[in-house]
Amino acid sequence: MIFVEDKALVVPGDVLADEEYHTGRGTFKEDNNICSSLVGLVAIRDKKISVIPLQSKYIPKRGDVVIGEVTDIRFSMWNLDINSPYSGFLPASDVFGKEKRDLNKAFNVGDVLFLRVVDVDEVKKVKLGLKGRGLGKFRGGILIYITPTKVPRLIGKKGSMINMIKDETKCDIIVGQNGVVWVKGEPQMERVAEKVINMIEDQAHTSGLTDRVRNMLSELLGKEIEEVEEVPEPDVDE
Amino acid sequence: MIIILTNNNDNLRADGRAFDELRPLKIEAGVLEKADGSAYLEIGGNKILAAVYGPRELHVRRIMRPDMAVIRCRYNMAPFSVGERKRPGPDRRSVEISKITADALRPAIFLERFPRSTIDVFIEILEAEGGTRCAGITAASVALADAGIPMKDLVVSCAAGKANGNVILDLSEEEDKEGEADVPIAIMPRSGEISLLQMDGHITPDEFDKALNLAIEGCKQISEAQKNAIKNRYGEENG
Repeated sequence: MIFVEDKALVVPGDVLADEEYHTGRGTFKEDNNICSSLVGLVAIRDKKISVIPLQSKYIPKRGDVVIGEVTDIRFSMWNLDINSPYSGFLPASDVFGKEKRDLNKAFNVGDVLFLRVVDVDEVKKVKLGLKGRGLGKFRGGILIYITPTKVPRLIGKKGSMINMIKDETKCDIIVGQNGVVWVKGEPQMERVAEKVINMIEDQAHTSGLTDRVRNMLSELLGKEIEEVEEVPEPDVDE
Repeated sequence: MIIILTNNNDNLRADGRAFDELRPLKIEAGVLEKADGSAYLEIGGNKILAAVYGPRELHVRRIMRPDMAVIRCRYNMAPFSVGERKRPGPDRRSVEISKITADALRPAIFLERFPRSTIDVFIEILEAEGGTRCAGITAASVALADAGIPMKDLVVSCAAGKANGNVILDLSEEEDKEGEADVPIAIMPRSGEISLLQMDGHITPDEFDKALNLAIEGCKQISEAQKNAIKNRYGEENG
């Protein structure tokens, strides 16, 4: 027996189905019933019922790639804010090897890094690493914060959504699994990308989003091009 | 023409409500930009703002739990929320309400999902007209859901009591002050578990049972408004 439709909006405590179904993410079992524990959209796959949250905090998982900001430099490690209830640390040995060097020569407080979650232990200490392709420090660009559950929506199927934004705005965009997005390009293009990303976050739970993003991009870019053209050209004396 | 009402049985309360009638209720979710979750609630003359931050990093080692999150509540009345200006800052009453609010919400939250972190709940009473502790809990639980915090159920709270010799639902400030007894409760409506039950004043066991059942019925009505408030926040964008 199921009491809700696929993609229905539910709130904590709503009864979703009885014991014929399996509990997925965002649900729990009580008295032979499966209930929602979150505000979100129901997703039914075979006999598994889950709730995709509309709002959440990032919980670090081993193997994720995240964007973090250095908040503190300690004797042999950096502390990083990874937009999560748990802060991460990056051991100095990961960067320097066995060599002893001044930590603030490599990264300083406020620097933004692209990292991999190497390990999360039982007490949620998050060990970060820089080993891997493309990982390291960002230079310039802007950061945009979105809800981590909306990251898959922003990326789209096989990167379709994010690639469209990249192509249209000619910006470099990197999305961390922790909901931090780094964008670098021409300043006005960064603004366009920011607007579009915020719109995707607002409307992540609706359908037909890709088309709306395409329309919004062409509208915003059209405006940008007009603005650029309006800049008076220097008079050319004959 | 003069109409004289002789039969006052239906209008036994000062504001013309029936004995089992709530004050007009309005709840809105997601009203604050910077908070992780928030709610605004009006019931009768009460105006209440609730904000939730977290789960977030906890720096106070003394209260940190290695196996679960802690919930911290602050109930605060604005100086202008009552007739006579209230001295700002925590007092005996607001410290008590902060504690019972945390206690009422705690059983509903899956705290074990977020070890070593904290969930902070702030309840600001902008205008008070009786029953603020219940309204505060109701608003806080909407704000928790809005923050995406996993919960067993939406805690809902409501008071019943006795005034002028009648057992009544949702006491106003006047009925609370002049009346004989006040029974605020908080429940988790699906399972019917009670997470808060207080009482002050004088009431017989029979009347207490009656008041408790009345309050539970009131909670169920408010619960529907809570759910609608959360759904409305996202509903507009769906259409």
